[in-house]
Amino acid sequence: MRSAHLSVVPAQDGEVPCASAVELRGVGKTFNSRSGQVEVLSGLNFSLQSGEFLAIVGPSGSGKSTVLNLLAGLDRPTAGSVLCQGEPVAAVNTGIGYLTQHDSLLPWRTVEQNVAVPLELRNIDRAEISARVRDLIGQVGLDGFERHYPSQLSGGMRKRAMLARTLIYDPPVLLMDEPFGPLDAQLKLVLQAELLKLWSARRKTVVFVTHDIVEAITLADRVLVFSPRPCRIRIDEPITIPRPRQVHEVRFHPAFEEHYRRLWAALEAPARRSS
Amino acid sequence: MSTQVLSETQAEPLIGLSSRVWLYRTIFVVAMLGAWQAASGTLLDPFWVSSPAAVFKTLVAWIADGQLAYHLLITFKETLAGFVLGATAGVLLALLVGANDTLHRTVDPFVTAIYGVPKVALAPLFIMWFGIGLAPKIVLAAISVFFLVFFSTLRGVREVDLKMVDALRTMGAGKLAVQRIVVFPSALPWLFTGLKLGLPYGFVGAVAAEMMASNAGIGYLTQNSAGQLDTAGVFAALFALMVVTTLLNEALGRLEGWIFRWR
Repeated sequence: MRSAHLSVVPAQDGEVPCASAVELRGVGKTFNSRSGQVEVLSGLNFSLQSGEFLAIVGPSGSGKSTVLNLLAGLDRPTAGSVLCQGEPVAAVNTGIGYLTQHDSLLPWRTVEQNVAVPLELRNIDRAEISARVRDLIGQVGLDGFERHYPSQLSGGMRKRAMLARTLIYDPPVLLMDEPFGPLDAQLKLVLQAELLKLWSARRKTVVFVTHDIVEAITLADRVLVFSPRPCRIRIDEPITIPRPRQVHEVRFHPAFEEHYRRLWAALEAPARRSS
Repeated sequence: MSTQVLSETQAEPLIGLSSRVWLYRTIFVVAMLGAWQAASGTLLDPFWVSSPAAVFKTLVAWIADGQLAYHLLITFKETLAGFVLGATAGVLLALLVGANDTLHRTVDPFVTAIYGVPKVALAPLFIMWFGIGLAPKIVLAAISVFFLVFFSTLRGVREVDLKMVDALRTMGAGKLAVQRIVVFPSALPWLFTGLKLGLPYGFVGAVAAEMMASNAGIGYLTQNSAGQLDTAGVFAALFALMVVTTLLNEALGRLEGWIFRWR
Protein backbone atom coordinates (compact mmCIF):
# COMPACT_ATOMS: atom_id res chain seq x y z
CA MET A 1 0.00 0.00 0.00
CA ARG A 2 2.76 2.35 0.96
CA SER A 3 4.73 1.56 -2.18
CA ALA A 4 1.61 2.03 -4.26
CA HIS A 5 1.18 5.44 -2.78
CA LEU A 6 4.81 6.32 -3.50
CA SER A 7 4.47 5.20 -7.08
CA VAL A 8 1.72 7.73 -7.60
CA VAL A 9 3.85 10.67 -6.50
CA PRO A 10 6.08 11.00 -9.59
CA ALA A 11 3.05 10.93 -11.87
CA GLN A 12 1.53 13.81 -9.90
CA ASP A 13 4.79 15.67 -10.16
CA GLY A 14 4.59 15.25 -13.90
CA GLU A 15 1.15 16.81 -13.97
CA VAL A 16 2.11 19.78 -11.79
CA PRO A 17 5.57 20.90 -12.90
CA CYS A 18 6.09 23.55 -10.21
CA ALA A 19 5.96 22.72 -6.54
CA SER A 20 3.46 24.71 -4.49
CA ALA A 21 4.03 28.44 -4.77
CA VAL A 22 3.26 28.83 -1.10
CA GLU A 23 3.13 26.15 1.54
CA LEU A 24 2.62 26.15 5.32
CA ARG A 25 3.43 22.93 7.18
CA GLY A 26 2.32 22.55 10.76
CA VAL A 27 2.90 26.25 11.40
CA GLY A 28 2.51 27.56 14.93
CA LYS A 29 3.11 31.07 16.20
CA THR A 30 3.08 32.21 19.79
CA PHE A 31 3.55 35.83 20.80
CA ASN A 32 4.85 36.89 24.18
CA SER A 33 2.74 39.68 25.52
CA ARG A 34 2.68 41.37 28.89
CA SER A 35 -0.26 39.22 30.01
CA GLY A 36 1.52 36.01 29.03
CA GLN A 37 1.84 33.93 25.92
CA VAL A 38 -0.72 34.21 23.15
CA GLU A 39 -0.97 31.32 20.74
CA VAL A 40 -2.12 32.82 17.46
CA LEU A 41 -1.49 29.94 15.07
CA SER A 42 -1.11 26.25 15.75
CA GLY A 43 -0.71 23.32 13.39
CA LEU A 44 -1.68 25.34 10.34
CA ASN A 45 -1.36 23.56 6.98
CA PHE A 46 -2.25 24.83 3.54
CA SER A 47 -0.66 25.24 0.17
CA LEU A 48 -1.25 27.21 -3.01
CA GLN A 49 -0.37 26.40 -6.57
CA SER A 50 1.38 28.89 -8.73
CA GLY A 51 -1.10 31.39 -10.13
CA GLU A 52 -3.78 30.57 -7.60
CA PHE A 53 -5.83 33.30 -5.92
CA LEU A 54 -6.52 32.44 -2.29
CA ALA A 55 -8.66 34.50 0.04
CA ILE A 56 -8.49 34.15 3.82
CA VAL A 57 -11.50 35.22 5.86
CA GLY A 58 -11.73 35.16 9.63
CA PRO A 59 -12.65 37.13 12.72
CA SER A 60 -10.27 39.91 13.69
CA GLY A 61 -7.33 38.73 15.74
CA SER A 62 -7.51 35.27 14.19
CA GLY A 63 -3.99 35.41 12.82
CA LYS A 64 -4.68 36.27 9.17
CA SER A 65 -2.12 39.06 9.14
CA THR A 66 0.32 36.86 11.05
CA VAL A 67 0.19 34.35 8.19
CA LEU A 68 1.11 37.12 5.74
CA ASN A 69 3.94 38.37 7.97
CA LEU A 70 5.32 34.82 8.16
CA LEU A 71 5.18 34.50 4.38
CA ALA A 72 6.89 37.88 4.01
CA GLY A 73 9.62 36.71 6.38
CA LEU A 74 8.99 39.67 8.71
CA ASP A 75 8.21 37.18 11.47
CA ARG A 76 9.38 33.62 12.22
CA PRO A 77 7.07 30.73 13.06
CA THR A 78 7.54 29.16 16.51
CA ALA A 79 6.73 25.74 15.02
CA GLY A 80 6.56 24.18 11.58
CA SER A 81 7.89 25.58 8.33
CA VAL A 82 6.86 28.19 5.79
CA LEU A 83 7.84 27.67 2.17
CA CYS A 84 7.63 30.09 -0.71
CA GLN A 85 8.41 28.91 -4.25
CA GLY A 86 9.67 25.67 -2.71
CA GLU A 87 12.25 27.49 -0.53
CA PRO A 88 11.92 27.84 3.23
CA VAL A 89 11.43 31.47 4.23
CA ALA A 90 14.49 32.17 6.40
CA ALA A 91 14.98 35.91 6.05
CA VAL A 92 12.90 38.82 4.71
CA ASN A 93 11.26 37.40 1.60
CA THR A 94 11.97 39.72 -1.32
CA GLY A 95 10.24 37.39 -3.78
CA ILE A 96 6.85 38.65 -2.66
CA GLY A 97 4.92 41.85 -3.01
CA TYR A 98 3.22 42.84 0.24
CA LEU A 99 0.33 45.25 0.08
CA THR A 100 -0.47 46.13 3.67
CA GLN A 101 -3.56 47.61 5.18
CA HIS A 102 -1.39 50.37 6.50
CA ASP A 103 -0.49 53.26 4.21
CA SER A 104 3.23 52.77 3.66
CA LEU A 105 3.81 55.25 0.82
CA LEU A 106 6.73 57.56 1.59
CA PRO A 107 5.06 60.95 2.13
CA TRP A 108 8.11 62.93 0.96
CA ARG A 109 8.18 61.24 -2.44
CA THR A 110 5.83 61.89 -5.32
CA VAL A 111 3.74 59.07 -6.79
CA GLU A 112 6.30 58.32 -9.49
CA GLN A 113 9.19 58.45 -7.00
CA ASN A 114 7.30 56.08 -4.68
CA VAL A 115 6.53 53.61 -7.43
CA ALA A 116 10.18 53.71 -8.50
CA VAL A 117 11.56 52.68 -5.07
CA PRO A 118 11.77 48.89 -5.71
CA LEU A 119 13.55 49.49 -9.02
CA GLU A 120 15.98 51.96 -7.43
CA LEU A 121 16.80 49.25 -4.90
CA ARG A 122 17.61 46.92 -7.77
CA ASN A 123 19.97 49.47 -9.35
CA ILE A 124 18.08 49.62 -12.61
CA ASP A 125 19.10 52.50 -14.86
CA ARG A 126 17.06 55.68 -14.82
CA ALA A 127 15.68 55.53 -18.32
CA GLU A 128 14.24 52.08 -17.78
CA ILE A 129 12.86 53.03 -14.38
CA SER A 130 10.98 56.02 -15.73
CA ALA A 131 9.61 54.01 -18.66
CA ARG A 132 8.35 51.20 -16.43
CA VAL A 133 6.98 53.62 -13.83
CA ARG A 134 5.06 55.56 -16.46
CA ASP A 135 3.66 52.36 -17.92
CA LEU A 136 2.47 50.96 -14.58
CA ILE A 137 1.05 54.27 -13.34
CA GLY A 138 -1.07 54.19 -16.49
CA GLN A 139 -2.18 50.62 -15.81
CA VAL A 140 -3.41 51.41 -12.30
CA GLY A 141 -5.20 54.52 -13.56
CA LEU A 142 -3.07 57.23 -11.99
CA ASP A 143 -2.24 59.14 -15.18
CA GLY A 144 -1.74 62.82 -14.46
CA PHE A 145 -0.93 62.25 -10.79
CA GLU A 146 2.73 61.28 -11.25
CA ARG A 147 4.02 64.45 -9.61
CA HIS A 148 1.52 64.48 -6.72
CA TYR A 149 2.55 63.78 -3.16
CA PRO A 150 0.59 61.11 -1.21
CA SER A 151 -0.99 63.83 0.95
CA GLN A 152 -2.61 65.24 -2.20
CA LEU A 153 -4.25 61.92 -3.14
CA SER A 154 -7.52 60.30 -2.02
CA GLY A 155 -7.48 56.98 -0.14
CA GLY A 156 -8.31 55.01 -3.28
CA MET A 157 -5.56 56.69 -5.27
CA ARG A 158 -3.05 55.93 -2.54
CA LYS A 159 -4.06 52.26 -2.75
CA ARG A 160 -3.51 52.37 -6.51
CA ALA A 161 -0.08 53.87 -6.01
CA MET A 162 0.78 51.17 -3.48
CA LEU A 163 -0.45 48.50 -5.87
CA ALA A 164 1.72 49.95 -8.64
CA ARG A 165 4.72 50.00 -6.31
CA THR A 166 4.09 46.33 -5.47
CA LEU A 167 3.62 45.20 -9.06
CA ILE A 168 6.53 47.11 -10.57
CA TYR A 169 9.20 44.61 -9.54
CA ASP A 170 7.02 41.76 -10.74
CA PRO A 171 7.08 39.51 -7.65
CA PRO A 172 5.60 36.05 -8.35
CA VAL A 173 3.60 36.06 -5.10
CA LEU A 174 1.37 38.89 -3.86
CA LEU A 175 0.29 39.20 -0.25
CA MET A 176 -2.63 41.56 0.32
CA ASP A 177 -3.88 42.48 3.79
CA GLU A 178 -7.38 43.96 3.59
CA PRO A 179 -6.16 46.33 0.90
CA PHE A 180 -9.60 47.77 0.16
CA GLY A 181 -10.86 47.67 3.76
CA PRO A 182 -11.40 51.33 4.53
CA LEU A 183 -12.70 52.34 1.08
CA ASP A 184 -16.33 53.02 0.22
CA ALA A 185 -18.34 50.24 -1.45
CA GLN A 186 -18.34 51.68 -4.94
CA LEU A 187 -14.61 52.38 -5.02
CA LYS A 188 -14.01 48.91 -3.63
CA LEU A 189 -15.79 47.36 -6.62
CA VAL A 190 -13.78 49.46 -9.06
CA LEU A 191 -10.49 48.47 -7.46
CA GLN A 192 -11.52 44.81 -7.23
CA ALA A 193 -12.27 44.84 -10.96
CA GLU A 194 -8.88 46.37 -11.68
CA LEU A 195 -7.12 43.88 -9.46
CA LEU A 196 -8.83 41.00 -11.31
CA LYS A 197 -7.84 42.53 -14.64
CA LEU A 198 -4.20 42.91 -13.56
CA TRP A 199 -4.18 39.44 -12.03
CA SER A 200 -5.57 37.72 -15.11
CA ALA A 201 -2.94 39.46 -17.23
CA ARG A 202 -0.05 38.49 -14.95
CA ARG A 203 -1.30 35.34 -13.19
CA LYS A 204 0.42 35.87 -9.89
CA THR A 205 -0.10 33.73 -6.84
CA VAL A 206 -2.18 35.82 -4.46
CA VAL A 207 -2.93 35.48 -0.76
CA PHE A 208 -5.69 37.98 -0.04
CA VAL A 209 -6.80 38.62 3.54
CA THR A 210 -10.21 40.21 3.97
CA HIS A 211 -13.12 40.27 6.39
CA ASP A 212 -15.61 40.64 3.56
CA ILE A 213 -17.07 37.30 2.38
CA VAL A 214 -18.48 38.85 -0.80
CA GLU A 215 -15.06 40.23 -1.71
CA ALA A 216 -13.48 36.83 -1.06
CA ILE A 217 -15.97 35.01 -3.33
CA THR A 218 -15.70 37.69 -6.01
CA LEU A 219 -11.92 37.52 -6.30
CA ALA A 220 -10.65 34.14 -5.20
CA ASP A 221 -10.24 30.63 -6.57
CA ARG A 222 -10.37 29.30 -3.02
CA VAL A 223 -11.48 30.74 0.29
CA LEU A 224 -10.15 29.66 3.68
CA VAL A 225 -12.15 30.52 6.79
CA PHE A 226 -10.08 30.86 9.95
CA SER A 227 -11.45 30.23 13.42
CA PRO A 228 -10.70 32.58 16.34
CA ARG A 229 -7.26 31.94 17.78
CA PRO A 230 -5.48 29.65 17.99
CA CYS A 231 -6.45 29.59 14.39
CA ARG A 232 -7.68 26.51 12.58
CA ILE A 233 -9.00 26.26 9.07
CA ARG A 234 -12.75 25.87 9.41
CA ILE A 235 -13.42 25.39 5.72
CA ASP A 236 -11.42 25.32 2.49
CA GLU A 237 -13.96 26.30 -0.14
CA PRO A 238 -13.13 26.21 -3.85
CA ILE A 239 -15.10 28.91 -5.69
CA THR A 240 -16.80 27.45 -8.75
CA ILE A 241 -17.89 30.71 -10.37
CA PRO A 242 -16.19 30.75 -13.79
CA ARG A 243 -13.72 33.42 -14.90
CA PRO A 244 -13.55 36.03 -16.29
CA ARG A 245 -15.80 37.45 -13.59
CA GLN A 246 -17.59 40.79 -13.51
CA VAL A 247 -17.25 42.08 -9.96
CA HIS A 248 -20.75 43.58 -9.88
CA GLU A 249 -22.38 40.46 -11.34
CA VAL A 250 -20.68 37.73 -9.34
CA ARG A 251 -23.31 37.99 -6.64
CA PHE A 252 -26.10 37.09 -9.09
CA HIS A 253 -24.41 33.87 -10.16
CA PRO A 254 -26.35 30.77 -9.03
CA ALA A 255 -23.33 29.33 -7.20
CA PHE A 256 -22.75 32.53 -5.21
CA GLU A 257 -25.54 31.96 -2.72
CA GLU A 258 -24.35 28.46 -1.90
CA HIS A 259 -20.76 29.67 -1.35
CA TYR A 260 -21.91 32.57 0.76
CA ARG A 261 -24.09 30.36 2.95
CA ARG A 262 -21.32 27.85 3.58
CA LEU A 263 -18.66 30.47 4.30
CA TRP A 264 -20.95 32.46 6.56
CA ALA A 265 -21.90 29.28 8.50
CA ALA A 266 -18.22 28.47 8.98
CA LEU A 267 -17.43 32.00 10.09
CA GLU A 268 -20.36 32.13 12.50
CA ALA A 269 -19.86 28.67 14.07
CA PRO A 270 -18.62 29.70 17.54
CA ALA A 271 -21.41 32.21 18.07
CA ARG A 272 -23.97 29.51 17.43
CA ARG A 273 -22.27 27.09 19.77
CA SER A 274 -22.18 29.56 22.62
CA SER A 275 -25.83 30.65 22.31
CA MET B 1 -22.00 87.28 -12.26
CA SER B 2 -20.71 84.66 -9.87
CA THR B 3 -17.11 85.73 -10.50
CA GLN B 4 -18.09 89.28 -9.62
CA VAL B 5 -19.54 88.12 -6.31
CA LEU B 6 -16.41 86.11 -5.60
CA SER B 7 -14.05 89.00 -6.28
CA GLU B 8 -16.18 91.26 -4.08
CA THR B 9 -16.01 88.89 -1.11
CA GLN B 10 -12.26 88.47 -1.57
CA ALA B 11 -11.68 92.21 -1.69
CA GLU B 12 -13.68 92.85 1.46
CA PRO B 13 -10.92 92.85 4.16
CA LEU B 14 -9.09 96.11 3.55
CA ILE B 15 -5.74 94.79 4.81
CA GLY B 16 -4.83 91.10 4.90
CA LEU B 17 -4.22 89.37 8.23
CA SER B 18 -0.45 89.08 7.73
CA SER B 19 -0.04 92.73 6.83
CA ARG B 20 -2.15 93.66 9.86
CA VAL B 21 0.21 91.58 12.03
CA TRP B 22 3.14 93.43 10.51
CA LEU B 23 1.44 96.72 11.34
CA TYR B 24 0.99 95.62 14.98
CA ARG B 25 4.62 94.52 15.13
CA THR B 26 5.77 97.92 13.91
CA ILE B 27 3.57 99.66 16.47
CA PHE B 28 5.02 97.39 19.19
CA VAL B 29 8.64 98.17 18.25
CA VAL B 30 8.01 101.91 17.95
CA ALA B 31 6.22 101.92 21.34
CA MET B 32 9.02 100.02 23.06
CA LEU B 33 11.79 102.17 21.60
CA GLY B 34 9.76 105.33 22.29
CA ALA B 35 9.26 104.36 25.92
CA TRP B 36 12.97 103.55 26.29
CA GLN B 37 13.98 106.84 24.69
CA ALA B 38 11.53 108.83 26.83
CA ALA B 39 12.54 107.08 30.06
CA SER B 40 16.24 107.48 29.41
CA GLY B 41 17.43 110.72 31.00
CA THR B 42 14.10 111.36 32.75
CA LEU B 43 13.21 108.25 34.83
CA LEU B 44 16.47 106.35 34.38
CA ASP B 45 20.11 107.39 34.23
CA PRO B 46 21.36 107.02 30.63
CA PHE B 47 24.73 105.88 32.04
CA TRP B 48 23.08 102.53 32.96
CA VAL B 49 20.43 102.10 30.28
CA SER B 50 21.77 104.20 27.43
CA SER B 51 19.07 105.14 24.86
CA PRO B 52 17.97 104.03 21.38
CA ALA B 53 19.47 107.18 19.89
CA ALA B 54 22.88 106.57 21.50
CA VAL B 55 22.84 102.91 20.45
CA PHE B 56 21.95 103.96 16.91
CA LYS B 57 24.80 106.50 16.90
CA THR B 58 27.29 103.84 18.05
CA LEU B 59 26.03 101.45 15.38
CA VAL B 60 26.41 104.05 12.66
CA ALA B 61 29.94 104.85 13.84
CA TRP B 62 30.90 101.16 13.92
CA ILE B 63 29.44 100.55 10.49
CA ALA B 64 31.28 103.60 9.13
CA ASP B 65 34.72 102.56 10.42
CA GLY B 66 34.16 98.88 9.47
CA GLN B 67 34.45 97.64 13.06
CA LEU B 68 30.99 96.07 13.14
CA ALA B 69 31.48 94.12 9.91
CA TYR B 70 34.89 92.90 11.08
CA HIS B 71 33.73 91.60 14.47
CA LEU B 72 30.41 90.24 13.18
CA LEU B 73 32.19 88.33 10.43
CA ILE B 74 34.54 86.70 12.94
CA THR B 75 31.70 85.60 15.22
CA PHE B 76 29.71 84.48 12.20
CA LYS B 77 32.62 82.38 10.88
CA GLU B 78 33.19 80.73 14.25
CA THR B 79 29.53 79.94 14.70
CA LEU B 80 29.08 78.68 11.15
CA ALA B 81 32.11 76.41 11.36
CA GLY B 82 30.99 75.12 14.76
CA PHE B 83 27.42 74.71 13.54
CA VAL B 84 28.44 72.69 10.50
CA LEU B 85 30.82 70.48 12.51
CA GLY B 86 28.44 69.96 15.43
CA ALA B 87 25.37 69.36 13.27
CA THR B 88 27.16 66.89 10.98
CA ALA B 89 28.52 64.93 13.93
CA GLY B 90 25.12 65.06 15.64
CA VAL B 91 23.24 63.71 12.62
CA LEU B 92 25.74 60.96 11.82
CA LEU B 93 25.97 59.76 15.41
CA ALA B 94 22.19 59.89 15.83
CA LEU B 95 21.73 57.72 12.72
CA LEU B 96 24.35 55.27 13.97
CA VAL B 97 23.05 55.07 17.53
CA GLY B 98 19.43 55.00 16.40
CA ALA B 99 20.06 52.05 14.08
CA ASN B 100 21.39 49.83 16.85
CA ASP B 101 19.27 49.25 19.93
CA THR B 102 22.09 47.83 22.07
CA LEU B 103 24.38 50.73 21.24
CA HIS B 104 21.57 53.15 21.97
CA ARG B 105 20.90 51.66 25.39
CA THR B 106 24.61 51.52 26.21
CA VAL B 107 25.50 55.15 25.45
CA ASP B 108 22.20 56.82 26.35
CA PRO B 109 22.93 57.52 30.08
CA PHE B 110 26.40 58.90 29.32
CA VAL B 111 25.26 61.19 26.54
CA THR B 112 22.42 62.44 28.73
CA ALA B 113 24.84 63.08 31.60
CA ILE B 114 27.23 65.08 29.41
CA TYR B 115 24.27 66.96 27.93
CA GLY B 116 23.44 68.16 31.43
CA VAL B 117 26.81 69.92 31.83
CA PRO B 118 26.51 73.63 30.99
CA LYS B 119 28.58 73.88 27.82
CA VAL B 120 29.79 77.40 28.63
CA ALA B 121 31.56 75.94 31.68
CA LEU B 122 33.81 74.07 29.26
CA ALA B 123 35.09 77.30 27.67
CA PRO B 124 38.11 77.76 30.02
CA LEU B 125 39.15 74.19 29.28
CA PHE B 126 38.96 74.73 25.52
CA ILE B 127 40.89 78.00 25.82
CA MET B 128 43.58 76.08 27.72
CA TRP B 129 43.68 73.41 25.05
CA PHE B 130 43.31 75.46 21.90
CA GLY B 131 44.59 78.94 22.77
CA ILE B 132 42.80 82.21 22.14
CA GLY B 133 42.34 81.98 18.35
CA LEU B 134 39.23 80.82 16.49
CA ALA B 135 39.58 77.16 17.53
CA PRO B 136 38.15 77.21 21.09
CA LYS B 137 35.16 79.28 19.90
CA ILE B 138 34.46 76.87 17.06
CA VAL B 139 34.70 73.88 19.40
CA LEU B 140 32.39 75.43 21.97
CA ALA B 141 29.84 76.38 19.31
CA ALA B 142 30.11 72.86 17.82
CA ILE B 143 29.53 71.16 21.18
CA SER B 144 26.54 73.36 21.93
CA VAL B 145 24.98 72.58 18.53
CA PHE B 146 25.95 68.90 18.61
CA PHE B 147 23.80 67.87 21.56
CA LEU B 148 20.66 69.62 20.38
CA VAL B 149 20.95 68.18 16.88
CA PHE B 150 21.92 64.74 18.19
CA PHE B 151 18.99 64.40 20.60
CA SER B 152 16.47 65.82 18.20
CA THR B 153 17.59 63.63 15.28
CA LEU B 154 17.78 60.56 17.51
CA ARG B 155 14.19 61.15 18.57
CA GLY B 156 13.19 61.31 14.92
CA VAL B 157 15.11 58.13 14.11
CA ARG B 158 13.43 56.29 16.97
CA GLU B 159 9.99 57.45 15.86
CA VAL B 160 10.33 56.19 12.30
CA ASP B 161 7.27 54.28 11.11
CA LEU B 162 8.31 50.62 11.35
CA LYS B 163 5.61 49.65 8.86
CA MET B 164 7.39 51.75 6.25
CA VAL B 165 10.67 50.07 7.14
CA ASP B 166 9.06 46.62 6.78
CA ALA B 167 7.52 47.62 3.46
CA LEU B 168 10.94 48.67 2.17
CA ARG B 169 12.56 45.47 3.42
CA THR B 170 10.10 43.26 1.55
CA MET B 171 10.89 45.30 -1.57
CA GLY B 172 14.51 44.25 -1.16
CA ALA B 173 16.07 47.13 0.79
CA GLY B 174 19.21 46.40 2.83
CA LYS B 175 20.15 48.22 6.04
CA LEU B 176 21.85 51.16 4.30
CA ALA B 177 19.02 51.57 1.82
CA VAL B 178 16.49 51.63 4.67
CA GLN B 179 18.53 54.38 6.36
CA ARG B 180 18.79 56.41 3.16
CA ILE B 181 15.25 55.97 1.84
CA VAL B 182 13.14 55.85 5.00
CA VAL B 183 14.95 56.67 8.24
CA PHE B 184 16.86 59.80 7.22
CA PRO B 185 13.99 61.50 5.36
CA SER B 186 11.53 60.72 8.13
CA ALA B 187 13.92 62.08 10.77
CA LEU B 188 14.50 65.22 8.72
CA PRO B 189 11.76 67.34 10.37
CA TRP B 190 13.27 66.48 13.78
CA LEU B 191 16.73 67.25 12.47
CA PHE B 192 15.51 70.68 11.41
CA THR B 193 14.02 71.32 14.83
CA GLY B 194 17.47 70.52 16.25
CA LEU B 195 19.17 72.85 13.79
CA LYS B 196 16.81 75.71 14.57
CA LEU B 197 17.24 75.23 18.32
CA GLY B 198 20.99 74.75 17.92
CA LEU B 199 21.75 77.88 15.90
CA PRO B 200 21.30 80.42 18.73
CA TYR B 201 23.18 78.10 21.09
CA GLY B 202 26.03 78.01 18.59
CA PHE B 203 26.20 81.81 18.81
CA VAL B 204 26.02 81.62 22.59
CA GLY B 205 29.00 79.23 22.61
CA ALA B 206 31.09 81.34 20.27
CA VAL B 207 30.27 84.65 22.02
CA ALA B 208 30.86 83.21 25.50
CA ALA B 209 34.30 81.94 24.49
CA GLU B 210 35.07 85.32 22.92
CA MET B 211 34.17 87.12 26.13
CA MET B 212 36.63 85.03 28.09
CA ALA B 213 39.71 85.31 25.90
CA SER B 214 39.76 87.06 22.59
CA ASN B 215 40.64 90.21 20.73
CA ALA B 216 37.91 90.02 18.12
CA GLY B 217 34.26 89.10 17.63
CA ILE B 218 30.96 90.29 19.04
CA GLY B 219 31.75 88.81 22.44
CA TYR B 220 34.96 90.82 22.59
CA LEU B 221 33.12 93.95 21.42
CA THR B 222 30.55 93.55 24.22
CA GLN B 223 33.18 92.88 26.83
CA ASN B 224 35.36 95.72 25.62
CA SER B 225 32.48 98.23 25.62
CA ALA B 226 31.46 97.17 29.11
CA GLY B 227 35.08 97.58 30.22
CA GLN B 228 34.96 101.18 29.03
CA LEU B 229 31.58 101.67 30.76
CA ASP B 230 30.06 102.23 27.29
CA THR B 231 26.49 100.92 27.75
CA ALA B 232 25.48 102.01 24.26
CA GLY B 233 28.32 99.90 22.85
CA VAL B 234 27.12 96.79 24.74
CA PHE B 235 23.60 97.25 23.44
CA ALA B 236 24.82 97.95 19.91
CA ALA B 237 26.92 94.76 19.83
CA LEU B 238 24.02 92.65 21.17
CA PHE B 239 21.60 94.26 18.74
CA ALA B 240 23.86 93.43 15.80
CA LEU B 241 24.08 89.81 16.99
CA MET B 242 20.31 89.65 17.38
CA VAL B 243 19.77 90.82 13.82
CA VAL B 244 22.15 88.19 12.46
CA THR B 245 20.62 85.27 14.39
CA THR B 246 17.12 86.35 13.38
CA LEU B 247 18.09 86.50 9.71
CA LEU B 248 19.79 83.10 9.88
CA ASN B 249 16.79 81.54 11.61
CA GLU B 250 14.55 82.99 8.93
CA ALA B 251 16.82 81.47 6.27
CA LEU B 252 16.63 78.07 7.98
CA GLY B 253 12.85 78.40 8.12
CA ARG B 254 12.70 79.11 4.38
CA LEU B 255 14.93 76.12 3.66
CA GLU B 256 12.70 73.96 5.85
CA GLY B 257 9.59 75.12 4.00
CA TRP B 258 11.19 74.21 0.70
CA ILE B 259 12.39 70.77 1.83
CA PHE B 260 9.05 69.85 3.38
CA ARG B 261 6.91 71.06 0.48
CA TRP B 262 5.32 67.56 0.39
CA ARG B 263 3.36 68.27 3.56
